[in-house]
Order: sequence, then C-alpha cells, then structure tokens
Amino acid sequence: MIDSKILSSTTLRERPDFAYILDTISPGSRVLDLGCGNGDLLYLLKQKGIRGQGIEKDEDAIVECIRKGVYVHHGDIDEGLSHHEDKRFDYVILNQTIQETRHPGDIIKECLRIAKRVIIVFPNFGYWEVRFRILFQGKTPVTDLLPYRWFNTPNLHFLSVLDFQEFCDIRGFTVEDRAFFTDLKQVKFSPNFFAKLALFQIR
Amino acid sequence: MGSNQSVGIVEPKTAVLGDLRLDNGSVLSPTVVAYETYGTLSPNKDNAILICHALSGDAHAAGFHSDSEKRPGWWDEYIGPGKAFDTDQYFIISSNVIGGCKGSSGPMSINPVSGKPYGSSFPFVSIKDMVAAQKLLVESFGIQRLLCVAGGSMGGMQALQWSISYPDALENCIILASSAEHSAMQIAFNEVGRQAILSDPNWNNGLYEDNATPRKGLALARMMGHITYLSDHKMREKFGRKPPIGNLLNSDFAVGSYLIYQGESFVDRFDANSYIYVTKALDHFSLGKGQELTKALSPAHCRFLVVSYSSDWLYPPSQSREIVKSLEASDKRVFYVELTTNEGHDSFLLPNQRQEDVIRGFLKMPVNE
Repeated sequence: MIDSKILSSTTLRERPDFAYILDTISPGSRVLDLGCGNGDLLYLLKQKGIRGQGIEKDEDAIVECIRKGVYVHHGDIDEGLSHHEDKRFDYVILNQTIQETRHPGDIIKECLRIAKRVIIVFPNFGYWEVRFRILFQGKTPVTDLLPYRWFNTPNLHFLSVLDFQEFCDIRGFTVEDRAFFTDLKQVKFSPNFFAKLALFQIR
Repeated sequence: MGSNQSVGIVEPKTAVLGDLRLDNGSVLSPTVVAYETYGTLSPNKDNAILICHALSGDAHAAGFHSDSEKRPGWWDEYIGPGKAFDTDQYFIISSNVIGGCKGSSGPMSINPVSGKPYGSSFPFVSIKDMVAAQKLLVESFGIQRLLCVAGGSMGGMQALQWSISYPDALENCIILASSAEHSAMQIAFNEVGRQAILSDPNWNNGLYEDNATPRKGLALARMMGHITYLSDHKMREKFGRKPPIGNLLNSDFAVGSYLIYQGESFVDRFDANSYIYVTKALDHFSLGKGQELTKALSPAHCRFLVVSYSSDWLYPPSQSREIVKSLEASDKRVFYVELTTNEGHDSFLLPNQRQEDVIRGFLKMPVNE
C-alpha cells in the first residue's frame, strides 16, 4: 500500500514544481500528463480530486502507476495524440519531458489542440552552474537536473528560459503564467541565471 | 510469483439455463454451460470475477480435477490463494463457451429431434452469443454486477463484448493479448486450419461419426495455430535446427515433431466441428476500427486494463492500442501496458511478475476512482 501522506510531504518538499502545479489546477479538472514517470504527480493530483491520466514509455514506471491506481497509457508521445478530441483536457502537463521529444513544436501544438492550457516544465540550460561548467570545464555539463553524460542522455534538446520565451513569441503561444525554481524554492530574480527549473503555462 | 498455493481439487459443473436467442436467429433450448468456480461468493455478491478462455481452452482454469491430474487448469499461475486473482478475496467463475466441445451447448450436443449430435447442423455462434450464455450463467448465481470480466485472446474479445453488451453488469474489464477484430492475417491462419479439416477424408460435411473423425485435418489445424502462438525467439530457443529424436518417419526436425505431437494430442481433447465454429466466431467478431470502434465501445462504462505483449505477432500490440485509443477517445477509464516478453502470443498464460502486479493493482483500485 502507498502511504499517501508520506508521498505527499516528501515529494512536495523536494518538488516545488509539483506544489505549484497542484496549486494551479482546481479540483474537477481533467489532466493529461505526458511522460508521467512513476505517476507521483498524477497521484497527488488525484488526491486533490483532479481526474488525470498519463502517457509513459518506461515499463517499470507503468507498472508502478497501475499499482498506484493512476490511469496510464504505455506509449510514446512522439507517436501522436491524435485520437484525443479538441479541448478534451483542461491541462496537458509536460514535466521535464519536452527536451526528450523529437519534435517539441509539433507536440506542443497538438497539446494546445487537446487541452485548454499546457504546462511545460524544463531544466533551464541558462542556469549559472550549467554556464560555469561549460565555461570553466569546457565539457557538456552534468548537473542534478541534467544528470547524463553526452553519450547516454535521453535529452535531445537543451533550452533556457529565454529560449522558451522566444519560442512562444515566434509560435504565437500566449504565456499565461511563469514560475521558476531552485532546489526547494521559487526564484523571482533573474530566473534565466538563477533558476534550475522553469515552468511555463501557455495557451 | 506471489504464491505457490493451489485452489486444490475442483469440480467441473454444468448449468442448464433458459432459452437463448442467438445472433443468427436460432434459439438454443436449453442453453448448457460448463463452468468451474473458485473461492467464495460474498453475502452481497459483489466479489465475483468471470474468467473467459481462449480458442482451445475450457472451464478448467485453476486447481486439479483429481489427485492424479498432472497439470492444473490453464490459468493456475494467476488464480488461487494470494495470487493475482486471489481466491481468498474473490469468487472466480470460469465459464466454457457455447459452440465449444467441453461440456457446453455445441456441435457435440445431442439434437433432440434426431437423437444424434448436431454436428455441423448446430447454429452459428458469435462471440456475442457466448457472452449472452455467460450472462445467463452469472445470473443463475443471483449476481447482478461482476467485479471484473477478464480474458486473453478470444477471452479478451469476450471481455470486451461484455463491456458493451451488459455495461451495467461489470465494474472492471481485463483484456489481454486481444483485438477488436481479426486482421486478414488472423483470418488467413484460421482459414487454413478450417480448410485442413474440410479436406480430411473423414469430414463428411461435419456429420462424421465418433469412430471416424477428421483427426488428421484437425491435427493440421492445431499445428498451424500452434505456430502462431509461439515467437521466432521461442522456437529458436526451444528447437533451433535440431533433428528429432526417434521420429524420423514423420519429420526431419525437432520443431516438426513437436508440432505433430501438439496436433495429435489436441484431437483427443477437441472436436473438429467446434474448431470450425469457434474460429468462425473469432473471425466474424468485428467492432471496427478508429471512430467506428469508438462508437461501438460507447455504451461501456467499466474500467479497463488492456495488456499487450511485445513478442506477440498473432495479436500484435497495435491491435491493443487500437482498443485503448478508441476507449480514450470516448473518455473511458483505461490502463494500458505493453509487456516486454519473448514468448509470443502465449505470454499471457505464462508466469510474469509484471502481469501479476498490474492485475493485482488494477483489481485493488476502489471501484469509483
């Protein structure tokens, strides 16, 4: 059995982005979590009365989701979300998923078709530690949010807060909300330099 | 696996039920269904799970019929005390299909008019008819609502049909290694099997006598079917190119003598007419694809668990995804997992910790979530 209290407190302390998302989405909403991992976020959303479902490609993670009672579809989001009707969901969440997808632009566009709003969370490549590693070590940075070496990373794209803002401007996406985080708290000042993790809510 | 415990000795039973109007207009009277049960029905009758079997299966899903029986029922890995379908918690009903030859109404039943078996004069039976007969059986226990209907392959089709024929009569639906309709390839394999039976000198238009059945044709049909249940990997591992031991007259290779053995042992426990009836029921089952399938599934409101297997080339994962996408498109509650296996279509019958975990997790989830 999963102890929901333990899961909530530890996860939320370690994941200010989860706390922010839980705060943003109101009970009764419909949520699709793309790349939902072991279903921790969906489980928390469910506790709050939010009807969620996930897509995930890792088999162990899928089994974990089903054990938690989190609705999940084993598959690759690059293969399309075309069977979902327009605006079927209130939110689509891409939590540290977008940098692993082959065609982020197409996926975000598709997400905006099937959901009223899309929440995208990604590791900020403009973070000072990342910049310093490149500058002083001259090597591809390995950090806690980008924990892979160049040869085994699932990350296909590296983007900063400014990159994503520019992308939204070019594509004409309306940014409704933004939030930035370091390990345990939010960052307000100069996020492209100080934030490890960036959250954009677009429509 | 969670437990080595068995349900022990079980007794095969037969229910004689009311009339059933079949899809083709004929009336089955009475409707006879062979079944077994494991576990105990709760006083509220709310812990019953119906297990549906695949093409050549029967009602004997768990335990043993006697102390001398060597092999337990076909899904003993998953049904028993502490197992995924936990008989300490659930009341399991395993039902045989009508049209088959394992004790339910079918071509081997005696036609009261002639006093002889119906043979090929038995009416055509559809998957929907099989499910209707199961519904009569379930009602005979006074059960209004099943906790779950589960099945693999043809059993998965029955489970899927349950969800739309009787949407109020089940809470959960488990569909393993199955499809919403056969592809041309699946029909092709079945057609070759049927043609093998039809070309047997003993066939006699399906009106064969007990002492001269189309054994060779049925054995060939089974050999054909058996190839499709395995995977290339499994066959390499099991046989490679090994020559057989002591069976040189029949076959040059180990895989050949294995298939011959499978075919010959099958004819002792299955009827050629039933093979034709049941494969035709499979081939005719069609809920469509895409939007058509979404529409066909629209009456369902149970929760679904769909499982496919990476090495299953007979019922490939794409067919399961078709079901899942159609369910999701009409906003049904569905879990989908593709398990990585090497065993081909038979994977769903074999021990698999992940399969056990997902079934257990699925059944444990509170009904209203």
